[in-house]
Amino acid sequence: QDLSLPNGTPVDTSSPASSSSLLNRLQLDDDLDVETRDLFVTVDDPKKHVCTMETYITYRVTTKTTRAEFDLPEYSVRRRYQDFDWLRNKLEESQPTHLIPPLPEKFVVKGVVDRFSEEFVETRRKALDKFLKRITDHPVLSFNEHFNVFLTAKDLNAYKKQGMALLSKVGESVKYVTGGYKLRSRPLEFAAIGDYLDTFSLKLGTIDRIAQRIIKEQLEYLVELREYGPVYSTWGGLEVELSEPLEGVSACIGNCCTALEELSEDMTEEFLPVLREYILYAESMKNVLKKRDQVQAEYEAKLEAVALKKEDRPKVPTDVEKCQDRVECFNADLKADMERWQNNKRQDFRHLLMGMADKNIQYYEKVCVT
Amino acid sequence: SRAVESQSEGQCAPVDSLWRRYSEFELLRNYLSVTYPHIVVPPLPEKRADFVWHKLSADNMDPDFVERRRIGLENFLLRVASHPVLCQDKIFYSFLTQEGGWKEMVNETGFQLKADSRLKALNATFRVKNPDKRFTELKHYSDELQSVISHLLRVRARVADRLYGVYKVHGNYGRVFSEWSAIEKEMGDGLQSAGHHMDVYAASIDDILEEEEHYADQLKEYLFYAEALRAVCRKHELMQYDLEMAAQDLTSKKQQCEELATGTVRTFSLKGMTSKLFGQETPEQREAKIKILEEQIQEGEEQLKSKNLEGRDFVKSAWADIERFKEQKNHDLKEALISYAVMQISMCKKGIQVWTNAKECFSKM
Repeated sequence: QDLSLPNGTPVDTSSPASSSSLLNRLQLDDDLDVETRDLFVTVDDPKKHVCTMETYITYRVTTKTTRAEFDLPEYSVRRRYQDFDWLRNKLEESQPTHLIPPLPEKFVVKGVVDRFSEEFVETRRKALDKFLKRITDHPVLSFNEHFNVFLTAKDLNAYKKQGMALLSKVGESVKYVTGGYKLRSRPLEFAAIGDYLDTFSLKLGTIDRIAQRIIKEQLEYLVELREYGPVYSTWGGLEVELSEPLEGVSACIGNCCTALEELSEDMTEEFLPVLREYILYAESMKNVLKKRDQVQAEYEAKLEAVALKKEDRPKVPTDVEKCQDRVECFNADLKADMERWQNNKRQDFRHLLMGMADKNIQYYEKVCVT
Repeated sequence: SRAVESQSEGQCAPVDSLWRRYSEFELLRNYLSVTYPHIVVPPLPEKRADFVWHKLSADNMDPDFVERRRIGLENFLLRVASHPVLCQDKIFYSFLTQEGGWKEMVNETGFQLKADSRLKALNATFRVKNPDKRFTELKHYSDELQSVISHLLRVRARVADRLYGVYKVHGNYGRVFSEWSAIEKEMGDGLQSAGHHMDVYAASIDDILEEEEHYADQLKEYLFYAEALRAVCRKHELMQYDLEMAAQDLTSKKQQCEELATGTVRTFSLKGMTSKLFGQETPEQREAKIKILEEQIQEGEEQLKSKNLEGRDFVKSAWADIERFKEQKNHDLKEALISYAVMQISMCKKGIQVWTNAKECFSKM
C-alpha cells in the first residue's frame, strides 16, 4: 500500500508495518559513536545589531557535515531567536508525531530581565546550542528539510516567505482535527507516560523552587558575612598582639564571601536553566500525547461510523486505514522518542546534579584553604 | 535564680560540693571588686540570654542555656582560683567550702561601706585633672573593645541565623528527591540515596551552631572583662581626684593661714570684705583661727602624703595586674580564634563529605 497523507505528501516513515524496522533503525543510531556522527552543529558568537526599527542579537550557527543532503561540507550563518522559533514551529508542523526539543522562553518581562546583559545572552546561547544539538542527534528530525535550510540558507527570510505562500495553497502541514472526538480507551503505556509526565513536571517545579530559595538564603547569608568580616578588621586595629590573627580571620571571611558568590552564580546560570528546560520539554510532550489521543479518537470514530453503516464491503475505507496507520506511526515514533529522551534526560540530570555537588565541594574546599 | 553545684578547687581542702545560687555568685563578685579595686576581677556569665539567634531559646530555663551558664560560672571560679591575689581571699575560700552562713559572713565584712558611690565616681571622671595617661588610654581601649565585641556578637548571631536557613532548606531536597525517585526506573536508587544525604546535611547544622555558641561565650567573657577594666580605671580616677581635691584644700588653707598671719588679703574673699566693712576681729580671735588652721594644715599634709602613697601603690599594683590581664587576654583570644577556625574547617570538611557522597549517588544514576 502506498501510504500518503490526504494532500499527497508522503509520510515520513516508510510504512506502519515497518515500525519495528524503524525502531531497529533507531536502535542502531543509538549505538553510534561520536566518531561515526556525520553532522555537527554549534551556536556561538552572539552579536548585537542596532537597526532603526529595533535592536536584536544574532548568533552564529556553524555546521560541519559529510551528509549527502548538504551541498557543502561547512556552513556558517547568522540567526536570531525568531529564526529558531520559526524552525521549531516548522518542525512541529512537519513532524507532528515526534517530540521536538524545547526552546528557551520567548518572552522576557522587560525591566525585570535585561535582554542584552551578558548573562542572559550567554544562558540563551547555551539553550539554543542544546536545542540544535538535540535535533542533530535525532535520526528523523535531523533530516528534516526545514532544518537543512535553517543551517544553510544565506537568506532565511526569503525561504520563510516562500514557505508561507506554499502553505496557503497546498497546506504542507498536516492539521490534526482537534476537538470533537472522544477517546475510548487510552493504551496503558501512554496513560502511564502521561501520569509520569505530570508527576515529573511537578517534582521539577518543586526542585526549581527549592533551588531558588536556597540561592536566596545564600545571598542573605552573604550579606551578613560581608558585614561580619570587617568587624574583625576593626578589632585588629584596636589590638597589638592580636591584630595579625584578627586580620587573618577578616581576610578568610572575605574569601568565603567570594566563594559563596561564585556558587550562587553557578547555580543560577547552570542548574536552574536546565531544570526549566526539562519542564518545558515535559509540557511539549504532554501536548504530543494529546495529539496522539486525538488521532486515536478520530480513528476509533471513523471505525465506528463504518461499523454502523453496516456495509457489505468488508474492506475498510482508505481514509480510516490511513487514520489507523497514522495512529500506529504516532505511537511508534513516540515510544522511540521517549526512550531516547529518557536516556538523555538521565545523562543530563546525572551531569547536572554531579555538577551541583561539585560546585558545593569546590566552595567548601576554597573555604578550607583559607 | 537557680542552684549551681560548686566544687572547691586547688586549695588543700577536702573535695567538697555544695549548692550556690546565681545571686550568691554576684555577691561574691561584688565583694571581690570592692575589696580589691586594683585587680581586674573576672566577670560573671550573663544572667539572661543575649545575642541570641532565633533558634536558640531566649528562655533562661532552656537546658542549653542553663548548661552554658553553668560552664560560665565554673570558669569564673577557675579564674578567681588561679589569680595569685584573689585565690588567697578567705571569703572566696569559704564560698567554696562553707555550707551555711556564708552570706552573713560576707555582709559582716562590711565591704558595702567601702564601696564607692556611682555618683562620686562619675563626678571624679569628669573633674579629674591629671590622671595617669595609661589609665586614660586603657579606659578608651576598653570602651572600644566593648563596642567592637558586641558588634561582632550581634553580626555573628545574624550570620548563624542565615546559615541555619541555608542548611535547612536543603532538607526539602531530600523529600523531593524521595518523591521523584518513586516515579523513576534507572534514576530511582540514585535519587533516593542522594536525598538521604541532603537530609543529613540539613541536620548537621544544629551541632555545628551549638559548638559555635562556645566560641561566642569566650568572646562574651572578654566583653564583660572590658567592664572590669573600666572599674579599675574609675578607681584610679577617683583616687586621683581625691588627691587633687585634698591638695587643693591644703593649698587654700595654707593661703588662708598666711593671710590671717600677715594681714594681707591676696585674693578676694567674702570674709575679708565683711571684716573690712564690719570691723576687724580681735587679735585673740585671729590667733585662735590661725591655730586651728595650722592644725588642719598639719593633718592635711599627713593625709596628702598617705594619699599620695596610696595612689602610687594603687597605680603600681593595678598596672601589674593589668599587664597580667593583657597577657591572659592575648593568650585566650588567640586560642579562641584558633578553635573557631578549626570549627569552620571541620564544618567545611563535613560539607565536602556530604556532597561527595551525594555526587557518588548521582553518578550511579
